[in-house]
Formats: sequence, structure tokens, C-alpha cells
Amino acid sequence: MTEIADTTIPKLPHGVKFREDKVRGNFILVGPERIFNADGVATEILKRVDGKSDFGTIVRSLAEVFAADEATIRPDVASFLVDLSDKQMVTL
Amino acid sequence: MNEAVFPQPAGEPVAQPTPAPPLGLLAELTHRCPLRCTYCSNPLQLDGRSSELDTETWKRVFSEAADLGVIHIHLSGGEPTARKDIVELTRHASEVGLYTNLITSGVGVSDDKLDALLEAGCDHIQLSLQGADAQITELVGGYRGGFEKKEAFARSVVERGFPLTLNAVIHRMNIHQVPQMIQKAVDFGAKRLEIAHTQYYGWALKNRAQLMPAREDVDRTITKVEEARERLKGTLVIDAVFPDYYAKYPKLCNGGWGARTLSVTPAGRALPCHAAETIKHLEFWSVQDHSIADIWSSSPAFEAYRGTSWMKEPCRSCERRHIDFGGCRCQALALTGDAANTDPACIKSDMHQRLGEIATTESSAVVDPGAAVYRGFRAG
Repeated sequence: MTEIADTTIPKLPHGVKFREDKVRGNFILVGPERIFNADGVATEILKRVDGKSDFGTIVRSLAEVFAADEATIRPDVASFLVDLSDKQMVTL
Repeated sequence: MNEAVFPQPAGEPVAQPTPAPPLGLLAELTHRCPLRCTYCSNPLQLDGRSSELDTETWKRVFSEAADLGVIHIHLSGGEPTARKDIVELTRHASEVGLYTNLITSGVGVSDDKLDALLEAGCDHIQLSLQGADAQITELVGGYRGGFEKKEAFARSVVERGFPLTLNAVIHRMNIHQVPQMIQKAVDFGAKRLEIAHTQYYGWALKNRAQLMPAREDVDRTITKVEEARERLKGTLVIDAVFPDYYAKYPKLCNGGWGARTLSVTPAGRALPCHAAETIKHLEFWSVQDHSIADIWSSSPAFEAYRGTSWMKEPCRSCERRHIDFGGCRCQALALTGDAANTDPACIKSDMHQRLGEIATTESSAVVDPGAAVYRGFRAG
């Protein structure tokens, strides 16, 4: 079970960039020797990792956009971010 | 590239479709280098300074690569900071949106130069490591004081808050130091470590008998790397490439020929892989005559082994042909005499058993550093 406190502010570490890939028509998270293709949901999550918003705010905002229950999506968003954190692509 | 992100289309292409755009560009800015590593994978014949592309040509190449869809650019060599225009080139790569990785030996880079490179938009620095201490580092790289300079450089990068990867090329002279190298990576504050076993091309093939590690040492290293990976999760990412002479199946070389990456030599020849010039019958186009987009889609060298239609048996009907594309063309040529043969690293190759025997025989000899030939810069 992976959990992130509501007050934690996820950030992109130095050397990791989230950007649009206009040639391929999607968003990508780019780090050293790493490219993650972001699908629709991942893109919405990563757009909110702005270095200012805390985890609680991000979950609330996503729940609104996807018309979903916060408690339902919270573990999914947390495990997505923890997985990226293990790969050094996000700092928690 | 380590993560498969843009899967190759499945099935046999009937006509030649436009290839998916490349993800990476290895820009070999110069072959000049202060180190003289015995494992150097650059070709035996180096490009001389006078044949190097000028600043404007490299900038055009970077712009064209970005437009075509390249994500990562690796500024490499030789030692890329030996170029006087390295800061200007870094700035341009960054401005056109490329993720800019500087691959350096770190021995001649002052703090002022480092500051200028980072200010110009360098995203990431990859520092080569020849050993975990001064003795092995000097033995392998042939450069006195190299280890101390590398350590100081690593700390300068980390102090400035920038991400650092250490790349350690592993062979018989330093395989026993892998655990210490992992510890050094943690001590230096690196975020990533590449444990890259020597690939036997160019200069390294010449020195293979001095470099090949024993199978037991490779197996032990794999265990140690796996342990460290688990222990250091969240602190250090470890990517590892093991020697394919002991493998059952060949490596997916560069993500497939002409599938994901391209290299440009100091003089401007565009190659599907770093070692491709060893395949003498191929026609390589120069960035001085062609755009990157034209080279990628139409250059004879890129088309030669792209996809699967060039394959012979046993590759042609192999269930793994879309997984590893028959392995490495350069290795197939170097060891079998025909680049279209199955890479001998594959168990289905006639030469597979022989390859294991070569590795076992060569690795059982006592290391004799005096017999290894140091790289010198004798360009044509």
C-alpha cells in the first residue's frame, strides 16, 4: 500500500522535463535515458505536478476533472507518483 | 534508450513505410580525448580535428533532429568539452527543445566551464568512471590524476543541484570493483549509475583478450547489482548491460537498426549505430550533403538492415525477430564475416558455441596490463 500525505508537494527533479511531443502528438516525461509516454490520465496528473500544488490539491482537482470520487482515485494517483519517484522521475 | 516507449509496428512490412522518427541523436563532436582507455569503442581510424564539422553545421543538425522528433541529444566524442564552441552548441540544443546530455571524462572541465554549460541549458551530465580508485582509474584510462579530477568534477555537478550519471565500462581489469563503484556513485551523490560491460568493437575488439571477464565474475556482478538496486531504490538508479558473449540471445542493438537512434561522427557521417562504419559496403550519407530527415528516411546505410526483410535464416523465421532483430550487425560481421548473419550471441547461430569458448579462453588468462594497447589520438 503506497500512501502520500496530502501536504506533500510532488516536484519534477532537476533534469526531468514534462513536455508536449508535437511530432508524435502526446505528452512525455523526459529524464536521463528515459522517456515515459504519458497517456490521458498520466498527462492530467503530471500537468498538476507544478512544484506548488500539494498532493491533496492534485487529487481534488483530478476528482473534479474526471468526475470521480477522491477516495477512489487517491491510491491510484499515489501509486503512479511513487512509482515515478522510485525511478527518480518525480521527487516526493 | 532503456525504456521501450514507442513500440515497433508488428508484422511484416510489405512496402517500405516511412520509419517512425528517431528518439535519440549521438553527436560525436570530436574524437579528441585526454584519456587513452583500452576499452575505447571508437573506430580504429579517428576523425582528425581539421575534418570536424563547424559550429553552424552542428547547429543545423540539432535543429533538424528536433524537428524530426529527436528527444535526447547526447553530446559526446571523444571529449566534447575539447570543442571551443561546446557552450554555444549546448545552448542551441537546449533552445530547439532537445534534452541535452553531456557525456564527459570530467578531467579537463573547470568549474567556470561547468557553470557556463549548465547556464546554457545542459540538462544532465554523464561522467565516465574507469575504476573505483586512483590506481585502477589510471591503469585503465592511462591518465595520471584522473580519479581525483573525476571526483572533484562529480562533486561540482552535484553541488550545483544538477543530475549526474556515472557510466562505468566494465571489463576484467575492474570487474572486481563493481561494489565499490556503486558505493562511489552514492558518495558522489549521483542519481544514476550505468554498469556497462565492454562492447567489443573498434579499439576494444583489439584488446578483447585483456578485457573479457570470466563468467563467474559476471554472474557474481549480476547478483551484486541486483542486491544494490533493491537496497538503493529511490537513491540510485542502476542500469546494467552484461556481456553478450555469455548470453543466450543477442541484445536488441540500439533498439533496432534505424529504429530509434542515430549517430553523427565528428566529420559528419550519419550512422545507424556508433560502430556501423566497420561494415565497409554500406553507403553512409553526410550531414553536409543531406538533411537529418532525408538521411533517416532514405540513406542506404539506414535502409540496409531496417526491419526484417534483409534477414536470412535462422532469423527470418525466428519467433524473436521482432524482439532483437537478430542482434548486432557489426558483431555479426566482425565474428562471422557477414553482417546479415545471426549475431553469434544468439543460441541459434552456428558460431554461438565458439563465442562462449573464445570468452572462456580469453578470460582465463592472467590480466596483463602491459599487453593492453592504450588508445592514442592518431587521426587520419
